[in-house]
Amino acid sequence: MADFPDSIKYTATHEWVRREDDGSVTVGISDHAQDAMGDIVYVELPEAGATVEVQDEVGVIESVKAAADIYAPIAGAITAVNEKLEDAPETVNESPYEDGWLFKIEPIESTDWDNLLDAAAYMAKCEQEEH
Amino acid sequence: MGLRTILFPEHQRSGAKIIDFSGWEMPLHYGSQIKEHGAVRTGAGVFDVSHMTVVDVQGADANSYLRYLLANDVNKLNELGKALYTAMLNHEGKVMDDLIVYLRSDGYRLVVNCATREKDLRWMADQVGKFDVELKERDSCAMIAVQGPEAFDRVRTAVSPAQAELIDRLKPFQGLEAENWFIARTGYTGEKGLEIILPGENVSAFWVDLVASGVKPIGLGARDTLRLEAGMNLYGNDMDETTSPLEANMGATVAWRPEARQFIGRQALTAERATGVNRKLVGLVMESRGVMRRHQPVVHRDRKIGEITSGAYSPTLGYSIALARIERTERKALQVEIRNVLHSVRMVKTPFVRNGKKVYRD
Repeated sequence: MADFPDSIKYTATHEWVRREDDGSVTVGISDHAQDAMGDIVYVELPEAGATVEVQDEVGVIESVKAAADIYAPIAGAITAVNEKLEDAPETVNESPYEDGWLFKIEPIESTDWDNLLDAAAYMAKCEQEEH
Repeated sequence: MGLRTILFPEHQRSGAKIIDFSGWEMPLHYGSQIKEHGAVRTGAGVFDVSHMTVVDVQGADANSYLRYLLANDVNKLNELGKALYTAMLNHEGKVMDDLIVYLRSDGYRLVVNCATREKDLRWMADQVGKFDVELKERDSCAMIAVQGPEAFDRVRTAVSPAQAELIDRLKPFQGLEAENWFIARTGYTGEKGLEIILPGENVSAFWVDLVASGVKPIGLGARDTLRLEAGMNLYGNDMDETTSPLEANMGATVAWRPEARQFIGRQALTAERATGVNRKLVGLVMESRGVMRRHQPVVHRDRKIGEITSGAYSPTLGYSIALARIERTERKALQVEIRNVLHSVRMVKTPFVRNGKKVYRD
């Protein structure tokens, strides 16, 4: 059974978003998503400094099974990317919510956060997709 | 609910992710496909392949029937138990299936693909005509493959003394019987290994013994990357009823001699060879980041010259490899289009990996 922490928010495209104390947000892919993809072999991340809109394609994750686009869940500036994933993409499988984070965004619009799914809504969506 | 092999409860116990495979509920992986792949390259892994179709061909005309049915010539089987890889063609010279045929004391044993079972059985029955043969599907048997550098040692400790003695005496590509178990030195991984057809009631205990001795259960995901690294075709991906064996790197499995042997598809293949074979199946490697996948276009000088038939990340090499069917070209430097971007790739001679090592060359 996949893990759906309720301290963070989610998107319909399987990203998770965590608000940090400094006002930035951290983005990754959910435990459900990494499990469905199988072993991850490449992670392509955006450039730090890039400005993104909600739902912009900002990266790609390739697993043994398929390639999946990563979308920006929040508009803003990319402030950091997890460079460790270049040599250790399996970290996304092993620790999707901690060491396997993808990038950080400095948000522009505070309302973007309110449009994200909470854990219960995201879990319901995943269950729906499976049936 | 789909069909289940006898080992289904063992797969569940081992935490398998189950997928539908041609109507069968089969394990895709038991946690990590890449770790399973590595276990077969460096230790030993066990695969449930009970979904595959085993057909025994017996009767006075078994030999002449198979010499007509198959593109390779079963007369090459000069020793009891010897195996032959062959295509089964239709009259247009296209590939109906690929299979292995073993010579047995009372006839022949064929192992054909699961996805093509019904079509194959119908076709084989339709070709019987005046031949005095009997086709018997052995559907009460289970089949497992144990593959990897440690496979022989692990299997020896889990079988009877007579079966262990048989394993020591088997030659490569030979399968013989001991105490009702058919044990063959064949496989689909590019490693040393065995394929074992055994009574259904024996298979669960054997599986459990192997796993207890350190053999890792391997799912269909790793089975696919292992066979691709070994440069082996997958029916339905790399060849099907739209391709001839000459376009699928299977030319060496077509026995042209003796010329008097009439096999199904011979006429069409002879005509094809006379006019020239326009496409070929080649190996591709892409050492940069990204993964080649089935149906991606292969491009040379802005022109599509073919497409990927099987592509994957190679866990042994650490980059992507593929088989592709392309127009004949001597150019080694080609491109593959992945999500609208052209990536440089190199054409190579397969296999990519044998016995755990990189072996391909330009």
